[in-house]
Amino acid sequence: MNWLTQHVWLIPLLPLVAAGIIAVTPRTQRRFASGLAIGALASAALLSLLAFAATLAPEYTRTVVNTPWFTAGELTLHLGWILDPLSAAMLVMITFVGSLIFVFSTGYLAEDPNYARFFGFLSLFASAMLGLVIANSLLVLFVCWELVGVASYLLIGFWFTKPAAAEAAKKAFLTTRIGDLGLFTALLWLNSETGTLLCYDHGRGCLETTALSGLVAQTTVLGLTMSAAISLLAFWGAAGKSGQLPLHVWLPDAMEGPTPVSALIHAATMVAAGVFLTARLYPLLSATSGAEGLAFSTTTPALITIAWVGALTAVFAALCALAQNDLKRILAYSTVSQLGLMFVGVATGGPAVGMLHLLTHAFFKALLFLGAGSVIHANHHEQDIRRLGGLRRFMPVTFATYAVGMMALSGIPIFFAGFWSKDAVLHGALEWPVSRGPFVLCVIGAVLTAFYMTRQICFVFLGEPRAPHAGSHGHAEPHESPAVMTAPLMILAACTVLLSLLCTPFWPAVEHYLTGPSEGEHEITAGLWGLLALSTLASFTGVGLAAWAYRSIRTSSTSTDPWARRYPGVASVLHQAFGVDALYAATIRRAGWGLARAAAWLDRWLWVGLVDLVQTLGKVSGWLSRKVDEDALNGGFDAGCASTQASGNWLSRLQNGRAPRYLRLVAVGMALLTLWLMLGRNAR
Amino acid sequence: MSPLSACLVLSCLLFACGLGAVLIRRNAIVVLIGIELMLNAANLNFIAFWRYGPNPEALTGLMFALFALAIAAAEAAVGLALIIAVYRRQRSSDVDAADELRG
Repeated sequence: MNWLTQHVWLIPLLPLVAAGIIAVTPRTQRRFASGLAIGALASAALLSLLAFAATLAPEYTRTVVNTPWFTAGELTLHLGWILDPLSAAMLVMITFVGSLIFVFSTGYLAEDPNYARFFGFLSLFASAMLGLVIANSLLVLFVCWELVGVASYLLIGFWFTKPAAAEAAKKAFLTTRIGDLGLFTALLWLNSETGTLLCYDHGRGCLETTALSGLVAQTTVLGLTMSAAISLLAFWGAAGKSGQLPLHVWLPDAMEGPTPVSALIHAATMVAAGVFLTARLYPLLSATSGAEGLAFSTTTPALITIAWVGALTAVFAALCALAQNDLKRILAYSTVSQLGLMFVGVATGGPAVGMLHLLTHAFFKALLFLGAGSVIHANHHEQDIRRLGGLRRFMPVTFATYAVGMMALSGIPIFFAGFWSKDAVLHGALEWPVSRGPFVLCVIGAVLTAFYMTRQICFVFLGEPRAPHAGSHGHAEPHESPAVMTAPLMILAACTVLLSLLCTPFWPAVEHYLTGPSEGEHEITAGLWGLLALSTLASFTGVGLAAWAYRSIRTSSTSTDPWARRYPGVASVLHQAFGVDALYAATIRRAGWGLARAAAWLDRWLWVGLVDLVQTLGKVSGWLSRKVDEDALNGGFDAGCASTQASGNWLSRLQNGRAPRYLRLVAVGMALLTLWLMLGRNAR
Repeated sequence: MSPLSACLVLSCLLFACGLGAVLIRRNAIVVLIGIELMLNAANLNFIAFWRYGPNPEALTGLMFALFALAIAAAEAAVGLALIIAVYRRQRSSDVDAADELRG
């Protein structure tokens, strides 16, 4: 067991190996691919459970394993793994929910020709996400963060022949990249200030006292402390990944991917990465300078920003969800809204509160998305809720499990995990010393959530079949999905209910586990009872209002939204999500086009001219050097050769091979020498 | 005329005869004989300068002459061998005809 806590990197390795093998598997090996992916993730789930069990020990805080990776100059980068309650809980959730979604996918994509590729991508995603949660080095975290983004891009664009899917994939990738820029800047800054990217390193990590004291002591732009500035940049990254205002636009479009992808990536795990990041970096976010140097509080500028952004997003997305007609888009906006709630939880109540909601949300949102997948699968890829209806008779299992998910999301009390975790968030927001604003916004969000979920249930499962195609276009009647799809639904529904036992404030097992053994007990106060009552009232208000508003939908086969008919202006604004997409299209997109055009013009006229000039210069110098070479150099060399040859010719004539002539020359030479000697002697 | 001068005149005559034979005659054998004559003229000079020089007891000139004779004998052998080789090649001992060694 101790061995596993030291080697926790094995957990992401398993799906990674599976992804690698699937990548080289022929695409006809469908059963092999899915079997391998599911097997690897299930084994990872088993390991995660073992690791989780190890962290349940009473005095357990965290196991950190760091190893140097490489050194570049003075900078040494480390790889590091951490196993603490935060990562252990995430590991169990990801592997467990992921396995169920993998199993569901075998049914949902049974007809798809690229089945094997799908499982390869899913495995890659699971591996990256698992790596992200166990990363102790923020560098590893960032690498996994980007890998998660890539996997998301690949999976949203899985049906890339659909233009909408290709567009959505690009949009998701680019939007999250804008956020990642913030995170990356934050990491660079953090590294240059603290000299390390390891979160925990026996006192030397960047989330430990020494480094944080240094960060809170310095002030930078706008009077922010260094820690606040870095936190805000990191939150910009988290907002991109988790679809917070103003970077939420990619998430609803991401629903173009296959539904299991939406369940796994865009509801349960990947989008939660931003929340997870804020929970991981919580010491940094909450650090402030107190009387004795370093102190922690929930009122730092970073946490105030996070709380307000989260609360605004929660209400904004819930409003948008009211007027959507696409089954999955409703859930997508709901996810955005719930993520906002998680951020409020982290910012006001501490990481345990936010993570609690993250974990419960992962279960019931995966359940809802898989239920939606089951509905879509059964209705020949019909996603418009105005063309569904009356499915409770045809798909009883899906209906029952979907209802569980809907009630958990709406916050129906007592038996559903969502109620308790949402209540914890509300409790945190209520006790937040800065402002009651986020609390009020969250309550409004809760009412709206209950409202739009009831509306969706009314349209999809209640009433009579609305679709004109049922039976008439040669399609079969809607039918219940096969067991590989309903079984995960039932397991998730059961978990949603069972998890509620562990989340109540009366026995807050999960919360205590996440906060660690040192934290004090929550008092069950009269305020808490009041809060529970208020929360219950909010959800029943929402459900009741929707049930009343959509009574015609509930009972008949009419497909017109009565509220949208009465207030068409409001409905249209909400349907277009307050025109944020249009705004971005009009500003950022147009600006991008303008820049691209300017760059193209520069490229075509300025740079091409320069390149031509350089080319001409090159030609001229080439011509010159050829002239010099051919005329001057070659000419001189040729002349030298010719003169050498001529002198050789002349000399070779002396060498005629006749010995007497040589002798004669010798004699003449000797005579001359004698004469010279004699005359010379006389002269002297 | 002193004896030394007489010897030197004799050796000059011998040398001139040898040189004349080498330069004028075309028969390789005669050329070889001319070379021998020139060598012996030189030998005569050695002997004469030794015998009538300042130190006639030291036998130096005699030693030079003896070595020169030995070398002349060896050289004659080499020369004869060359002549035979040339003769075998071109069936004559005419030195003007042996011009194949030109570069």
